[in-house]
Amino acid sequence: MDTGNLALQYLLSGITKGSIYAVVAIGFNLIYSATGILNFAQGEFVMLGGMVAVTLLHFAPLSVAVTGAVVIVALGGCLLEILLFRRLRNHSVLHLIIITIGLSIVIQETALHVWDEKVRSLPYFTGNEVSSLQIFGAAISPQVVWVLGTVAVAVVLLHVFLQYTLQGRAMRACSSNPEAAMLAGINIRNMRTLSFGLSAALGALAGCVISPITMTHYEMGAPLAIKGFAAAILGGLGNPMAAVVGGLLVGVIEAVSVSQLPAAYNDVAAFAVLLLMLFVRPNGLFGRPGGEMVREL
Amino acid sequence: MKPALKQFLPFVLVAAVAVGAQVALRLLEMEYCLTQLTMALYYAIVVLGLSLVMGYAGQVSLGHGAFFAIGGYTSAVLTTHDFSPFNATAWAQGLKQAHVFVSREDLYGHAVVSVSPWAAFVLAMLLTFLIAHLIGYPALRLKGQYLAMATLGFGLIVYRMVLGSTVTGAADGINGVPEWRLGFGLTVSGKSALRVENYYVACGLVLFWLVLLGNLVHSRVGRALQAIHDRETAANAMGINTASYKLKAFVLSALMAAMAGVFFTHYTAGIGPSEAGALKSIRYVALAAAGGMANLWGVLVVSTGLNYLSLRGLFGSYDHAVFGVILIAIISLAPEGPLKPLGLWIRKLAGRAFKSPAERRPEHGTA
Repeated sequence: MDTGNLALQYLLSGITKGSIYAVVAIGFNLIYSATGILNFAQGEFVMLGGMVAVTLLHFAPLSVAVTGAVVIVALGGCLLEILLFRRLRNHSVLHLIIITIGLSIVIQETALHVWDEKVRSLPYFTGNEVSSLQIFGAAISPQVVWVLGTVAVAVVLLHVFLQYTLQGRAMRACSSNPEAAMLAGINIRNMRTLSFGLSAALGALAGCVISPITMTHYEMGAPLAIKGFAAAILGGLGNPMAAVVGGLLVGVIEAVSVSQLPAAYNDVAAFAVLLLMLFVRPNGLFGRPGGEMVREL
Repeated sequence: MKPALKQFLPFVLVAAVAVGAQVALRLLEMEYCLTQLTMALYYAIVVLGLSLVMGYAGQVSLGHGAFFAIGGYTSAVLTTHDFSPFNATAWAQGLKQAHVFVSREDLYGHAVVSVSPWAAFVLAMLLTFLIAHLIGYPALRLKGQYLAMATLGFGLIVYRMVLGSTVTGAADGINGVPEWRLGFGLTVSGKSALRVENYYVACGLVLFWLVLLGNLVHSRVGRALQAIHDRETAANAMGINTASYKLKAFVLSALMAAMAGVFFTHYTAGIGPSEAGALKSIRYVALAAAGGMANLWGVLVVSTGLNYLSLRGLFGSYDHAVFGVILIAIISLAPEGPLKPLGLWIRKLAGRAFKSPAERRPEHGTA
């Protein structure tokens, strides 16, 4: 294989991984916009999606199992907001963020005890481990097409939802000015619940499509949350579409560095680039510096 | 109560609790518990440093595990690396004269020449000082979540470097770190005969930082930091050099973490890459938040307590889950740390018992 094809191969693997980071980053953004919380349990939604789908697969065909997993995890996300975050009205955002870290630990450990420490995976949606497609000389698994296709459709649907539907516009209104949104008759609390549900659903969907490639493991959530957070920051917080660019960038840098550096250093390049970028553009690639209000509290 | 007495009372109380714990454990013949307690106290120093950065300066650092590791690894590498091939060179002789190099026997009885623990400690502090400035200077211009990400990224890079290089022992870490003779007849070492002594060394170090931080936060510097925490722009407008104060607080807390790392490494005779991991750093932040952040006593109690429970492994395979649940419970029920509501409650009970209106204070609306 010549260098051009090799580069393409790495690029494709980077984009595949990056698309998952992008989904996690979008989840971060949705919840951040609606509530100001950075949800570090975002990676656990991905893990839960895969786990629940694998379990449902014992009773139902693949498509039903995946749909079921997405619905169940989404409901779980909504419940989390209704039962926990809705009740913590007097807490600072930092406290709520720490609570999501606690949640991430608890969900992970619960998954360990409900399932076990074994690595599981869904079957390939089409084809199997050895089938491959040729694209411009690079060989990719059909599952990669599934991942990229699903993520692309989800992102487009989300964009349409946020831009052109009443609910989506209400959600954006909440993030730009909660008080004004409330005066306009938007139920902010329900919008927050919706943002948790949407994030969880997206995460679970990503967890299902990626499961045949990277496998599902109870510990996979935390590293994904960190990468997703990096992607969200790289793009600039509060902008779900910038998160897609951020996610793909992190994925591609990672894939390139894996090909160039010893395996033990595989995250170093991605985070070094991120640090440098932050020092040059402190508000992310597409973020604008926000003005700060000084007023009596 | 006299003001001076009142000021010292908490410190006396801490010392009394520390001694009381040791005596109680001896009477119960459970002195082996002191080992984990000592380790928990070293971790508590890291969390105390974070409480200065988070609670007072209002910045979040998800990279303090890395500073702990930088301290620990610097001293571990220097004190275990055998420099005897350079014995004949002039600089090695000079360093030996200056007591920077010392001859000793390693675990297998071979004679080796390595850096003395004190010199390694000083070098570790200098290195931390340098790195903390290098990372802190650009990073502290970032706001909130962006700063959290930058420090998290820094921590992950350090973790990967430690994991990837052979000098730091890759995934195995470094073993066989020699004991550290502090002077005054004190030695930092994991030997069971020195368990009680080392417990008091750790207590002394914690008390030292408590006194220092306690004074710092009630000084001009502390009030400046508090102002930055409340409203950075307003603090800036009042003429506080916010960038400089933030950097100083950050560097000080990094030094605290590195110092804890050095002591910890000598105490456990080794260090592994997991100490630099992101989960460790996140854990420190979580503990500082659970302790109430701007509440040194609460931070000390919560972090020592929870780390002790984890290190003893009381909950077996449920350990992490219990940690998470306790964390969520403390933060949702008592966001200002568990000590404040507890104190109010005790005061209320005491007030009711003695019926002295002079001692009763107006209660603020904390749940």
